[in-house]
Amino acid sequence: MNDLIQIVSIFSAALAVGLGAIGPALAEGRAVASALDAIARQPEAAGTISRTLFVGLAMIETMAIYCLVIALLLLFANPFVQ
Amino acid sequence: MMDSPLTTTTAFTLGPLAVTWPVVTTWGVMAVLAVGSLLATRRLSTRPGPVQAVLELVVETLDHEIEATIPGDPSRFRALIGTLLLFVLCANWSSLVPGVEPPTAHLETDAALAALVFVAGIGWGIRAQGLGGWLASFAKPSWVMIPLNLVEQVTRHFSLMVRLFGNVMSGVFVVGIVLSLAGLLVPIPLMALDLLTGAVQAYIFATLALVFIGSAVTGEGPPRETSASPTQDKDTP
Repeated sequence: MNDLIQIVSIFSAALAVGLGAIGPALAEGRAVASALDAIARQPEAAGTISRTLFVGLAMIETMAIYCLVIALLLLFANPFVQ
Repeated sequence: MMDSPLTTTTAFTLGPLAVTWPVVTTWGVMAVLAVGSLLATRRLSTRPGPVQAVLELVVETLDHEIEATIPGDPSRFRALIGTLLLFVLCANWSSLVPGVEPPTAHLETDAALAALVFVAGIGWGIRAQGLGGWLASFAKPSWVMIPLNLVEQVTRHFSLMVRLFGNVMSGVFVVGIVLSLAGLLVPIPLMALDLLTGAVQAYIFATLALVFIGSAVTGEGPPRETSASPTQDKDTP
């Protein structure tokens, strides 16, 4: 039983990070693309745009980090493995 | 390095108190920062030497960033935000010293830093708007938002903690895994990437702390509006 839980945990940890990275990757790509668009249109606002962009990217990236933390919990602090 | 990143190892025990390695590293970073700034500011002059010029550049950039986020006198927030920025930066980069693991790669340090920002936000919010005004800011834009605003208070500081932990820890972990797979020089590009991540995360931690405190001071609710408002100001002319 314990072996099965461990197999499923490892598999789902890989799945969590793999699938969970898709959304943030697409979102970060869109965010950077629109930021570049805005900078190309208004180069004088580049400082403000990039500061806001960094904060926004950090917010988006948190989603992927959550998946990573879930995977770590499954691998190292799994409550169902004795 | 394949130990769980969620556990900490004890360095030594002081009587009944177990002192872990992240605590030792934290105090080391704190000592380096404190002694460094004491030495650097001991002989200030109106004709600055190279060290003082660098220090003034750092403080001026910091003041500029603070003013861009929170209008008004930046010196109110300089001490907290500047210390957070420099500490997180030094802590993230402390992995460059052989044998040292960054204290921010453990959940406890990040939790302490996020708790600091949480308390600072509450304190400055009450000081700027009064207790009643601060409580009333939860009911903006309408009373329906009260539960959401309360939950947001907790979740955004939680995500502040998890973000720093996840980024720094994953960097350390990847370097450890690559080192156990391949030889001596292979992890160097990854360590260089770690430097970049560490600097960006330190900047982001300080900026988000500033944005959270700023939203508490001005009572504007969600932090996104506060951080986006300078952009909108520049768009209009």
